Amino acid sequence: MNKLIIKNARVIDPFTDTDGTFDILIEGEKVIELKRKERGRSPAKGGAKRGKRVKERVIDARGLLVIPGLVDMHAHLREPGREDEETIFSGTTAALKGGYQAVVCMANTEPPIDNIGIVRYINEAEKACDVYPVGAATKGLKGKEIAEIGDLVNAGCVAVSDDGMPIIDAFIMRRALEYSKQFDIPLISHPEDLNLSVGVMNEGVVSTELGLSGTPSSAEETMIARDILLARFTKSRLHIAHISTKGSLELIRRAKEEGLNVTCEVTPHHFSLTDDFVRTFDTNFKMNPPLRSEEDREAMIKGLKDGIIDVIATDHAPHADFEKELEFDQAPFGVIGLETALACGITYLVKPGYITIKQLLQKLTINPSRILSLPIKGLILGEYANITIVDTKLEWVPQRFLSKSSNSPFLGKKLCGKVLYTINKGKVFDWKD
Amino acid sequence: MCPDSSQIKGLNRKDLLGISDLDRTEIELILNTAVSLKEILERPIKVVPYLRGKTAAFLFFEPSTRTLHSFSLAARRLSCDSVSVSASSSSVLKGETLLDTAKNLEAMKLNFVVVRHSSPGASHNLARNLRASIINAGDGCHEHPTQALLDLLTIREHFGRFNGLKIAIVGDIEHSRVARSNIYGMSKLGMDVSICGPPTLIPRDIEKMGVKVYYDLKKAIEDKDIIYVLRIQKERQSKGLFPSTREYIKLYSITEDILEKYAKEDVIIMHPGPVNRGLEISVSVADSSKSLILPQVTNGVAVRMACFYLLPGGEERENQLSM
Repeated sequence: MNKLIIKNARVIDPFTDTDGTFDILIEGEKVIELKRKERGRSPAKGGAKRGKRVKERVIDARGLLVIPGLVDMHAHLREPGREDEETIFSGTTAALKGGYQAVVCMANTEPPIDNIGIVRYINEAEKACDVYPVGAATKGLKGKEIAEIGDLVNAGCVAVSDDGMPIIDAFIMRRALEYSKQFDIPLISHPEDLNLSVGVMNEGVVSTELGLSGTPSSAEETMIARDILLARFTKSRLHIAHISTKGSLELIRRAKEEGLNVTCEVTPHHFSLTDDFVRTFDTNFKMNPPLRSEEDREAMIKGLKDGIIDVIATDHAPHADFEKELEFDQAPFGVIGLETALACGITYLVKPGYITIKQLLQKLTINPSRILSLPIKGLILGEYANITIVDTKLEWVPQRFLSKSSNSPFLGKKLCGKVLYTINKGKVFDWKD
Repeated sequence: MCPDSSQIKGLNRKDLLGISDLDRTEIELILNTAVSLKEILERPIKVVPYLRGKTAAFLFFEPSTRTLHSFSLAARRLSCDSVSVSASSSSVLKGETLLDTAKNLEAMKLNFVVVRHSSPGASHNLARNLRASIINAGDGCHEHPTQALLDLLTIREHFGRFNGLKIAIVGDIEHSRVARSNIYGMSKLGMDVSICGPPTLIPRDIEKMGVKVYYDLKKAIEDKDIIYVLRIQKERQSKGLFPSTREYIKLYSITEDILEKYAKEDVIIMHPGPVNRGLEISVSVADSSKSLILPQVTNGVAVRMACFYLLPGGEERENQLSM
């Protein structure tokens, strides 16, 4: 059986609340030894002598950060339907490179994940890391009738959502929230009032200067307000996807203070970038919700800092080049994010001192895992060795992606913090150039 | 008085995409060159050989007669060959992107590409991908730089200066590339710019562009030297941006009556055309002695000649000036 030793590992594991230096021994797919090291003592030698026909690999992680594999609770893997943009295999490979061990994929495939056939298809597809599907909240994502949520959960869905399309009809939203309660899963809301969100970017001085149609912050906030009220009334679990405005944050803050079962997420681009970048007319800055103002971006950082925002999720949305090469107002919404999310967190949150690396990791591991009740336990003896090794100081520039698409707003931008190795069920992936 | 090519340095940029990119000196260079070239339009033989052997392509994805003919005349007066490349937004629907079109144009070895497109940033996209000089003839609601330049030339001809002049731009600001380009240009030249229209046609945060905002036409025009009237597109009404053309006329139409009561006596009226007579402006005002609408059209040709003349047209500067 293959053996792997990660030596001198500075481990931060939010699952076990660990922060210390360890030697980690992995055999086969599992962690079999975690040896804490005393401060100042030179590392023990000779581990490589054990065993004869055992293949043993040693990674010296001195100066590197060793963390449990990350969890993305919001990705679009495009399969089935748009395999030219991404497949379950290419998307999970990109996820591995980004340091993830699990990806939660949204239901807006073609056809959508609104029946157990598609869930089974996803369960059986070839993949590079774990995938947990989200089922559609309504049949065909049409917002008219609730989907067979019991069947979906039974087949392995960890939440329901019509993400990509909001549930406009408040009555249906109420019923979907209510019905989901019996399965103890959250309903993930994509908060957008389609009657207000007529634009292709944030509505503000930049849209005014560029002559591009704007979507106001209120398009998001009115829906969040409605969904919170419905969650309160039905006493259901509500998770709000990709919030982007200061007003949204305030609504969720109040809901949490009131003790409602409401959680939320932000994407890396919404805490890193603003609508100023649209001035380039580069369609890699076009996504939904749109990049907002600097004031909104600062609010996102504050929300992450004080814990109102539970999760950082990528909203990984691959699009083919030929679509993104259209004019700004005609190109599709969405950007990829799996390969840059951790680096964005380090570059834009940890390095400037807004949050600690531990706080960042909580939002990328244990929080999404808890919200969705995923069977992920962190670095524990006898558990799967799903470990990511990061050089938090290494600067790099994203140029090429393992995703089948390359629509990243961070393309060509210098980021700090790079995943060097991902260990998935004991298997080592080396990403050093 | 023809421009002495040894003295005109040309614009130090490949393309003319918007007034927001230009500085005051560049705007003045274009206006001064236009003044010199305008003289050609008065000659019995209205053609000079400055751009002989060069080719301009007109790539109009949106219907236009005035602007297209103005560019076409400007090119012809300078002996620049021109070709209209048939273009329709339907090619986008067929899967051809503007980038594909750009690559085709590059293969045609053009010097200038004049582009009008319904998407903001379309000409920027072409400019990045072509060696030719791109002239933006209107990109969605973003910019229409040659319109602003001809307006500025018309203003300078009439007043002899820019500094301190007060202008009110009235109408559908939200959907107007003319308004945006003029706001940039006029502000850069020291004019005092106000805008006026119903709140539903005033884009968000426009005060941050350095303009005053009025909803009340009477107050907006009271101390202005110029009233710049924008065309109202009737289809905006069906989108719920104002209740009826009837009410729009009552509140915002520039009529003789309103001018008499509230405007300065020597106020000047401008309009980018085509005019919706009786809607945003009354027939009598459009045809009155206060109106500079026709001089604007003449200056359009002159300014566009200047743009062709001053842009490098896909070649090194020295080559062009050695003509």
